[in-house]
Amino acid sequence: MSDINIVDAPPGIEGSGFFATSLDKVVGLARSHSLWPLPFATSCCGIEFMATMGSHYDLGRFGSERLSFSPRQADLLMVMGTIAKKMAPVLKQVYLQMAEPRWVMAVGACASSGGIFDTYSVLQGIDEIIPVDVYVPGCPPRPEAILDGFGKIQELVRNESGRRRHSEEYRKMLASYGIE
Amino acid sequence: MAALTNNEVITKLSDQFGHKVTGINEPYGLLTIETTKDAIIEVLRFLKENAGTGFSFLTDITAVHYPENNHIAVVYHLHNMVNKIRIRVKVFINEHTPTIPTATVLWNGANWMERETYDFFGVKFEGHPDLRRILNMDELNVHPMLKQYPLEDPNRVDKKDEYFGR
Repeated sequence: MSDINIVDAPPGIEGSGFFATSLDKVVGLARSHSLWPLPFATSCCGIEFMATMGSHYDLGRFGSERLSFSPRQADLLMVMGTIAKKMAPVLKQVYLQMAEPRWVMAVGACASSGGIFDTYSVLQGIDEIIPVDVYVPGCPPRPEAILDGFGKIQELVRNESGRRRHSEEYRKMLASYGIE
Repeated sequence: MAALTNNEVITKLSDQFGHKVTGINEPYGLLTIETTKDAIIEVLRFLKENAGTGFSFLTDITAVHYPENNHIAVVYHLHNMVNKIRIRVKVFINEHTPTIPTATVLWNGANWMERETYDFFGVKFEGHPDLRRILNMDELNVHPMLKQYPLEDPNRVDKKDEYFGR
């Protein structure tokens, strides 16, 4: 039989018949291992993502077996590939359709900075229109790099305070992108 | 049916239009003529509908910007499917008044080609049924293939000259 790995309990106070910790930590732990990613794949980084979802690399091992192709059910927007300026309103709408809490990962040079496409028709990084949590460098990044970026997202999710999305800073950050 | 040659096409065009067709040349064997804004539709109609020429297929419409002499050249490529020859028709117009009659009266396929030429070069095709941008985003306020506009995006922050020793 294979070894089954179970995540460690968050730090807390333990005694006979009880275990006490904060709600944030429990929710963060559960969320970080059940993220539903929405792949927004437009080019070669999307091909690498397909390898990442395949049996060899298997993103499902980290709790993301279930991709969401509806933004309304997704927790994590994975933008993989060149985003033309004509595509920008579409990407922004997809982001707006996601429910809070939501995270964004820019995979590859094009999504992060425009990459080699320094031209009038291409968005110079998706952070011009939506906030980004994790950038994965590479052109395209290998599946290992995408998995590493995914791990960074999990870390953010695990340690996020339950109040963050209601804070003044968060609202200001969204307002700087013209959201709400 | 005897094969139509470039010389026969030149003769027919000269008989029909005389001095309105100029700049006749054959770079790399591709027959190229120039005409004027006023005559272009009649020249295209003659090439398309005249049985002796029969260039029934519009391959492409595009443009070239020559800022040094304030010209935009609108270029039409036609194809004679029966005789397997092609022709290129150029019209030089002023870059400050870039208007030309639409070719949609002859080919419906000219619709999107003229929209593309308008999108990238700002050439206004008079009489076009729906002249708006086709490839670039609607908010773009320039015609990016005109040479006064930079190719690179001004928002790019990591390509400052100092990083490259320029």
